[in-house]
Amino acid sequence: MSAPVSDRTASPLIFELGQEGRATRYVEHGKPLQSFMPANVLRDDLPLPDNTELDVVRHYTSLSQRTFGIDVGFYPLGSCTMKHNPKVNDALASLREFAELHPFTPDDLSQGALQVMHELERSFCSLFGMAAFSLNPAAGAQAELAALLIAKKYFRDRGETQRDKVIVPDTAHGTNPASAAMCGFKVISLKSDARGRVDPVEIRNVVGPDTAVCMMTNPNTLGLFEERIHEIADAVHEAGGLMYYDGANANALMGNTRPGDMGFDLMHLNTHKTFTIPHGGGGAGHGPLGVAAHLVEYLPTPYVVRDGDRFRLDFDRPKSIGPVRSFWSNFAHAVRALAYLYANGAEGLTKVSQYAVLNANYMRVKIAEFLETPYPEICRHEFVASAQQLKKETGVRALDIAKALLDRGYMAPTMYFPLIVPECLMIEPTETESKETLDGFVDVLRDIVQTAKTNPQELLDAPVTTVVGRVDETRAARQPDLRWRASR
Amino acid sequence: MYTPHTKADIKAMLEAIGVGSLDELLRVPAELKLRAPLDVVPALPEYQLRRRMEQIAKRNDGVEYVSFLGGGAYRHYAPPAISALAMRGEFLTAYTPYQAEVSQGYLQAIYEWQTYICLLTGMDLADASVYDGATALAESAIMAINATGRQRFLVSRAVHPNYRAVLKTYCDGLDVAIDEAPLADDGTTDLRALAEMLRETQYAGVALQSPNFFGNVDTLDGEALQAVRNNGAVPIAVVAEALALAALATPASWGAQIVAGEAQSFGVPIAYGGPYVGFIATTNEHMRRIPGRLVGKTVDNAGRTAYVLTLQAREQHIRRERATSNICTNQAHCALIATIYLALMGKTGLRDVAALNLERSRELATAVANAGVRLRFSAPFFNELVADVGRPAGEVLSALRARGVLGGLDLGRWYPEYSTCILMAATELTTSGEIAKLAAALQEVTRVGAGV
Repeated sequence: MSAPVSDRTASPLIFELGQEGRATRYVEHGKPLQSFMPANVLRDDLPLPDNTELDVVRHYTSLSQRTFGIDVGFYPLGSCTMKHNPKVNDALASLREFAELHPFTPDDLSQGALQVMHELERSFCSLFGMAAFSLNPAAGAQAELAALLIAKKYFRDRGETQRDKVIVPDTAHGTNPASAAMCGFKVISLKSDARGRVDPVEIRNVVGPDTAVCMMTNPNTLGLFEERIHEIADAVHEAGGLMYYDGANANALMGNTRPGDMGFDLMHLNTHKTFTIPHGGGGAGHGPLGVAAHLVEYLPTPYVVRDGDRFRLDFDRPKSIGPVRSFWSNFAHAVRALAYLYANGAEGLTKVSQYAVLNANYMRVKIAEFLETPYPEICRHEFVASAQQLKKETGVRALDIAKALLDRGYMAPTMYFPLIVPECLMIEPTETESKETLDGFVDVLRDIVQTAKTNPQELLDAPVTTVVGRVDETRAARQPDLRWRASR
Repeated sequence: MYTPHTKADIKAMLEAIGVGSLDELLRVPAELKLRAPLDVVPALPEYQLRRRMEQIAKRNDGVEYVSFLGGGAYRHYAPPAISALAMRGEFLTAYTPYQAEVSQGYLQAIYEWQTYICLLTGMDLADASVYDGATALAESAIMAINATGRQRFLVSRAVHPNYRAVLKTYCDGLDVAIDEAPLADDGTTDLRALAEMLRETQYAGVALQSPNFFGNVDTLDGEALQAVRNNGAVPIAVVAEALALAALATPASWGAQIVAGEAQSFGVPIAYGGPYVGFIATTNEHMRRIPGRLVGKTVDNAGRTAYVLTLQAREQHIRRERATSNICTNQAHCALIATIYLALMGKTGLRDVAALNLERSRELATAVANAGVRLRFSAPFFNELVADVGRPAGEVLSALRARGVLGGLDLGRWYPEYSTCILMAATELTTSGEIAKLAAALQEVTRVGAGV
């Protein structure tokens, strides 16, 4: 049953609700602040709203109902691996002994936390073929930054400070070049070949004594496996450079093949993708950083070390790039990731990526019946479709298809990425979705494409069932309104 | 396993694809096949995996101790209403709100978060969050570097040592040099020395933390602010205990142009260090230099109020190597938790919590002094204080531990000159009984001639 439009669209801000003095009390009254501190260091006013718990509960429950998560429906957002987030992981992360442990607790009173981090690290090393992992980085982008800082320091130690170029394929995530720039590296963008891959011959043409790092995703963001990765790695290594693996797509190969065996020296994982950490509407993430043996001593501090049956945080690592965050890890996420490993074991994780690839290919062949798929071959965990032809015929763009999907209860695929495919829709179903769900989505998409040919205006007007229609992004950017202000 | 595939499903799907088996589908080149079995933790059914994790958790004995640990991570009361709301699946399992029409709720919540941070700091705008307090400082320094084109940064030694270390890690990448302003004897930044440094050298920015790492109020005074302005450096305020914003004069009021903070205190679990939630707030002048996501208010095609991610031309997915930062995933869910915390506490509750922190920490100060231990500093403090135990702090902390008390942080770890000093925190959750226990133990172990 849907409410009248006027009710559904009215959503006052928390600042527009409440009355001073109405807040539900959680603590006793405090004495006036002036009884503890000189007035000149205190603030005059604290202009925050007072609301009852009931009103706050209704407010944020209402906001949650205007938000789409995996728990609500199918979320085929390419490159984001929106798989089921098991509830047991959240229950374990909130155990008192994990949730209430202070980061400065002495190591011998934090053995459980350190064991979690160690078990997770060792399992990652085996799964991905790395010598060590740091669990410090807060997200994939921060792991990229840490990895490039490692490369910079490594080359400085070797007296190779002329290595100032980072090679990035044109299909790469935007974080790759942005991270490179934060380390003072110059970015060389590499054009993909006709098959959507990096050509080893092209790599040979660009590598040289100035090459620091080549950053790659495998499978790449088109969902295609770079089967000549060894030749690429050889070319980079022969030139003296390092290979970095962007693990955003690790769900495609986990347990079946390992970045370490492909020749990568550094890599990150997005446990909020591959290892079921809830993405939380944009974070917190968790970006473990793996390295081959020759780079272990450069990892950020602290690093969890095992001495016999005891664990400790090691801060005394002279070659380390230093810490990258306030404390040691997004630890609650390490708990979730380890619980996920226990839920699957090696065999289960191997199956996970196989089923992810199965689901993606099944959708690919079904969708190819009515929408262009620019790379019509076996893909890995995701694939791209293009509305380019459809747009020529009907004027309906990828954006319009995405908005029409929202109207029909689905999250839209990633749009307009990677940049090399016009009118791109990047679809990643993940392994936790059933055949029935995939079939349902394909049917809806087929119907949308049909509608484009018969009644394109309906799609240009979409979405109409959501709490708001298409949002004026231009106005948002031209007249930035980034906060509420009390009306005078 | 959380996969739905029946044998019949697999068969039907493989047939539709036109391949005979999963192996054929995967097509892993021979040289890339696994050469050895994987060494991963064993698979367990859910009830056993819970037992296993609960057993591991039990090894965190630290949670059973009376604790005065602070130093950038604080134990505060979090009403259960927070998790009841924040753990709703619609919020928890959403991705970054790229599709605004089905993300209005989360976008509005982030707009409310941005507003709360502005109201608390006195600044014009705030971002949708960064990783934590330390990276907020590092990213703020980058804003200042980009704003001034200068390659040198000044930070007070009273800023959290971990934050300064992360600042250094980031600045190394950009070949930016860092100078540190010295401490005055009262446990604040030596503002005269700071002003002198600003007269000598051009800096991109200058960062002070208040309350600083020792718990003391530490802001620019008129003369120091003038020196910053004459220099052209961007003044940056660091906040590691966000609760103090409810009591202290806003960073904007003492001249900060950027506030780099940590909001863990607002209901985010202490969780052995993360995830927490950093924020950056600034003036309109620096709007287009701020890193990460921003939510803006706009209208939809029917003129209805709507929210959307905005000013994305600053960001990595549009601007790539010319972006203001590489940040993509931030700490949105922790920002949501903090927003709900602030909504529940309200002005009245937040003021009360701040007052209770002031009260308990002063009760702690009195008890420590009565136990014969000297308070090292004289400056006004918020909820942390420094006790000088007159002998190596590590020894005293070990002896306190043996009596069931985690007495605080050994400042000698970061400040050799304070190797006999302990940083102690008291919050609204610290009881008089706990303070009495600490005081008794302190008296026992610091008694002249007492062996520790």
